[in-house]
Amino acid sequence: MKRYLKRGFLKAGSWADEVFGPTLNPLSQLGALGFFFYWIVAASGIYLYIVFDTSVVGVYESIEYLTHDQWYLGGIMRSFHRYASDAMVLFMSLHILHEYSFDRYKGARAFSWFTGVPVLWLLYAAGISGYWLVWDELAQYIAIGTAEWLDWLPFFGEPVARNFLTPDAMDDRFFSLLIFMHIFLPLFLLFVLWLHITRISKPKINPPRILAFGMMAMMFVLSLVYPAISHDAADLAMVPGELRIDWFYLIIYPMLDKVPAGFMWALAIGGSIGLVGMALDPRFRRPGVAEVNLESCNGCERCMNDCPYAAISMERRTDGQPFAREPVVNASNCVGCGICVGACPTSMPFRTAAPLIPGIDLADRKLADLRGEIDALAAGEPPQVIAFNCQYNKSFASGVPDGVSLVSLPCIGMLPPPFIDYVLSRGKAKGVFLAGCGTSDCENRLGAQWSADRLARKRDPYLRARVPEERLEAFWPGSADPGGVRSALEGFTSRISAMPDLQQHKRDLKMGVRLPQDEAAEEVTP
Amino acid sequence: MTRKIIGQGLFYILIAVALGYLSASPTWTHLPEDQAVIKISFSHGAERKIPCHKRTREELMALAPNMRNPVSCTRERLPVYVEINIDGDTIIAEGLPPMGLAKDGQSKIYRRIAVAPGAHRLEIGIRDTDRASGFDYELRKTVDLVSRQNLIVDFEGDKGIFLQNERMAP
Repeated sequence: MKRYLKRGFLKAGSWADEVFGPTLNPLSQLGALGFFFYWIVAASGIYLYIVFDTSVVGVYESIEYLTHDQWYLGGIMRSFHRYASDAMVLFMSLHILHEYSFDRYKGARAFSWFTGVPVLWLLYAAGISGYWLVWDELAQYIAIGTAEWLDWLPFFGEPVARNFLTPDAMDDRFFSLLIFMHIFLPLFLLFVLWLHITRISKPKINPPRILAFGMMAMMFVLSLVYPAISHDAADLAMVPGELRIDWFYLIIYPMLDKVPAGFMWALAIGGSIGLVGMALDPRFRRPGVAEVNLESCNGCERCMNDCPYAAISMERRTDGQPFAREPVVNASNCVGCGICVGACPTSMPFRTAAPLIPGIDLADRKLADLRGEIDALAAGEPPQVIAFNCQYNKSFASGVPDGVSLVSLPCIGMLPPPFIDYVLSRGKAKGVFLAGCGTSDCENRLGAQWSADRLARKRDPYLRARVPEERLEAFWPGSADPGGVRSALEGFTSRISAMPDLQQHKRDLKMGVRLPQDEAAEEVTP
Repeated sequence: MTRKIIGQGLFYILIAVALGYLSASPTWTHLPEDQAVIKISFSHGAERKIPCHKRTREELMALAPNMRNPVSCTRERLPVYVEINIDGDTIIAEGLPPMGLAKDGQSKIYRRIAVAPGAHRLEIGIRDTDRASGFDYELRKTVDLVSRQNLIVDFEGDKGIFLQNERMAP
């Protein structure tokens, strides 16, 4: 099922990439859209609270006044409150399925997955408590349904549902308590949401403005065309009949009508435990984490700034070198993507004086081995193109075009830009091709984005200016377009093959045949 | 460009339709029009399983001064037996166990019985003592229920069995 789900997301992502562009793709903003709708709910809720009457006789009337007499403001606010709440559930559900289908819930990501479970409970509790506040027939139905569900638990002496036997049973304090719950629960939800994103750096909690504007416009039109309205006022002397259920929040109540309350508790609690258990898969092998080599590190902080998982912190220097701080890797947060290695200015393949040991390196994918792999590919007859490929991009599983040698990386962001220069200037290949897993939906969140920015010379470490652009191509699929990256590589290889050989090219570009003094100049000492 | 605009428009329409439709549709019928509900609900503590014993003067004197409670009681209560017949059919006939680990709490019941609207003969009996047969409290009454009426059968020790929401809905 996971495979089909992933395929579905990839196809939808491909379409959305094409229609919205990678930066506005809503499918890569699912979590951010959840946050966005939270703030819509909060803002509209503040207005509703101002005019809400918490008395038994006034509660329904105050909502009716808002909905009908003040439709142009209160009614729209109410509809925004309703639809933004529903949108939170919608985008949260998509976010969960998306992360699940892409296997992003184990290892270092397990914390975010765990904290997502109480988010679910709190979101539903907050939403359901909001439906009570209207005190119409639907509110009556879910109030009694909730009470009967709670009464299955052996905690309550007097059945909670006895509070809803007759109209006289209600008093004003009930709605004061409810409004307190309806404010407290979302506030606590916000706290848990903060916990949810603490283990990732630069979390996307705000969608791009254009996307946010589009969503707001959509909600506004929906609120005008199909405003949220109440049922008839609650009457505990009668049993609600036909109800317009909000299936985003209230799906459990029709289920409670059909199955025993104990089954629903088992489903809710079992489902939550199951979600937590998914992240504890004993078969999951944690990849080798990043390791700091202090003798090569000058504490520049680039690794910390580029790490997508907040796995690196800068602490007081311990080795006596004349630098203030040193990076420290929190192994439990590290996914072994190697983006920190790509950010390190000492990840310099031209170094010859000593073994290639950068300031930070991956335990399972040493930078020295990467250089060795490139050197080995170029031994004898160099390939036309060396293609660096993100390991999550499976487009080349069946092989690569003729003349291409493939180098697989844990993340395309692991590739330090000087390696591109190294390949071309040292004649390891005539061209370099980079295939990521998409800037809009990078497996390691920021790897493709950082890599694209480095190539565009917008982010340090920059690609050197002398690298000829026509011999470099990067492809960010970001979609289910396996043919796209393949055909791009074939086209690039074809163009590269028609170009002059490397030595001729270097002479043309005045890169010069390397002389001993060139090597000395290129050598970088940390 | 046109393709992009149309595509984005379709996306927003899809989200709007999903939100608008699923926030109120399809409708759910909790109770059909051709039904009413009789809900029996009460919580009541029955008599103690072993009746309290009034201590004699000799028994009291044998106790420490701070322990001289004139009455000695065990904690466990009897179950409350409840029987409900509607139109001659026995719907409920069971003993409700007292709550609590020591079985010293109240017995409780909360049960919904769906019936057709119209006249129904209710015969309700409750026994909270150790008598072998018969009831300590009884109510026999014919009620006329309208569609979706929520008739409550309640009970309190000093009031006996009584009905709520019996008034016809307008």
